Amino acid sequence: MIGFPLSDKGLRFGLKPLIFIACLLPFGLLLEGALRGDLGANPLERVTHVTGDWGLRFLLLTLAMSPLRRVTGWTQLLRLRRMLGLFVFFYISMHLLTWVWLDQELRWANIVADIVKRPFVTVGFLAWLLLVPLAVTSTRGMMRRLGRNWQRLHRAIYAIAVLGVLHFVWLVKADLLEPLIYAAILLLLLVVRWRPQLLPGLSRRAGLINAR
Amino acid sequence: MLIRKPSDIRPSEITPPDVYTNRRTFLKAAAAGAAALASAGVSAMSKSEVEPEPIVPKAPRVPMEGVVETPYGKGLELTDYSHATSYNNFYEFGTNKTDPARYAHTLQTRPWTVKVDGECEAPGEIGIEDILSGFTQEERIYRLRCVEAWAMAVPWVGFPLGDLLRRFKPTSKAKYVSFETLFDPKQMRGQRRAILDWPYREGLRMDEAMHPLTLLATGLYGEFMPNQNGAPLRLVVPWKYGFKSIKSIVRISFSQELPETTWWRLAPDEYGFYSNVNPQVDHPRWSQARHRLIGEGLFSNKHETLMFNGYADQVADLYRGMDLRKFF
Repeated sequence: MIGFPLSDKGLRFGLKPLIFIACLLPFGLLLEGALRGDLGANPLERVTHVTGDWGLRFLLLTLAMSPLRRVTGWTQLLRLRRMLGLFVFFYISMHLLTWVWLDQELRWANIVADIVKRPFVTVGFLAWLLLVPLAVTSTRGMMRRLGRNWQRLHRAIYAIAVLGVLHFVWLVKADLLEPLIYAAILLLLLVVRWRPQLLPGLSRRAGLINAR
Repeated sequence: MLIRKPSDIRPSEITPPDVYTNRRTFLKAAAAGAAALASAGVSAMSKSEVEPEPIVPKAPRVPMEGVVETPYGKGLELTDYSHATSYNNFYEFGTNKTDPARYAHTLQTRPWTVKVDGECEAPGEIGIEDILSGFTQEERIYRLRCVEAWAMAVPWVGFPLGDLLRRFKPTSKAKYVSFETLFDPKQMRGQRRAILDWPYREGLRMDEAMHPLTLLATGLYGEFMPNQNGAPLRLVVPWKYGFKSIKSIVRISFSQELPETTWWRLAPDEYGFYSNVNPQVDHPRWSQARHRLIGEGLFSNKHETLMFNGYADQVADLYRGMDLRKFF
């Protein structure tokens, strides 16, 4: 029934809202658990982990859009990228808010001290800080105004991903398996970013056309 | 192209059985990670952290008889039984807090023998039944402070460790006591990967071990110790971070030298031999000044952590004259 590529209408009023709701689900479940007072034995830990995990997952998913487009030839994937990127900002901001408000209880001196002296906090905070200008310049108007610089600026997402994975690797107590899976996926995405010819592109042209 | 004869394959090239077995675990974990990524949608939602699977108690709860009440910890508000038995750090069964409650039912706690050796006149073995019948089992409510900055208050059942140690007649050379957890990857699925340097090892200075607060615990909440909490026999040292209180003990050794302990070996700058609860000495990655009480809501305040977890009156003398920043 639904043909690919989707019609403009199908994308805007069908797929996009669906994905929007799907992206909101982890947060929705968290909110529901919080309202029912049922977030397990350590609710703060749960909220911290869920927001951090999903921030990182959406970040890698955002990075995967361009290579996926190349492999599948489905160019509309790029039109989902902005929304996914904004969800990265949303989840990482909730993650930071949880830490600042519920974990550090707004003790600003401690917060600043932790950012300065604890490397895993430093890189995590830096990653969020770098996300801010990307979120601010995510609008169509900003894209137009910044022109070529927009792309240059938004390449920061690769640095943010590296910082985010580093944050995860450095905070783990003993078992590195999970963060290393994220690291491996990121490495793969970085490799295909710098060596796109390694990807079996369906259409060479599709790989050359930039997002407009 | 060179085709190798079988004899060319050196034994070192053959995948050891444990790596081979772990491959599945790794692939599963990798697949889980990939699945979570590939679909930001519904299929990934089943991941435990979003909607925790209900933890079904796998073992029956068995009340203990003849447990003597004591004044220890009277007035402390107890942590819910359900939280104390479903939120555990017991890496032998996995690194998630809910893993022990889910997977520890595979642990066989009968028969169970503890070997006692090292610098003592009467080395030997003692079975769990003799431990249960040979020592008066008392109930003591202790604060439990984890190094991860959360805390509980648990009504343990047990007896002073010193009572057991004296039976084996430690010599004057016994300056330290060390403990070992069972190593059996068949029963303890977390041990199938080298997350820690198995078996788990912990240790105490002799005077700490003989201190009347130091408990060998056989139960909690008036019941036999659930597997996920370290059945059938575990240590409880209430003024030290929780990881010092080693679980499922199979060996106790007296030694003249400072024993090498598991977390210390993994990260000596983060987990010292003493690991006394101390709000003034931070973990390198987080502050130890305050902690969260398990069972409290998302928006409730943290609590001030007390020196020696509130047991300073009883134990501060053990460390008089010591620089607790150096000997953390």
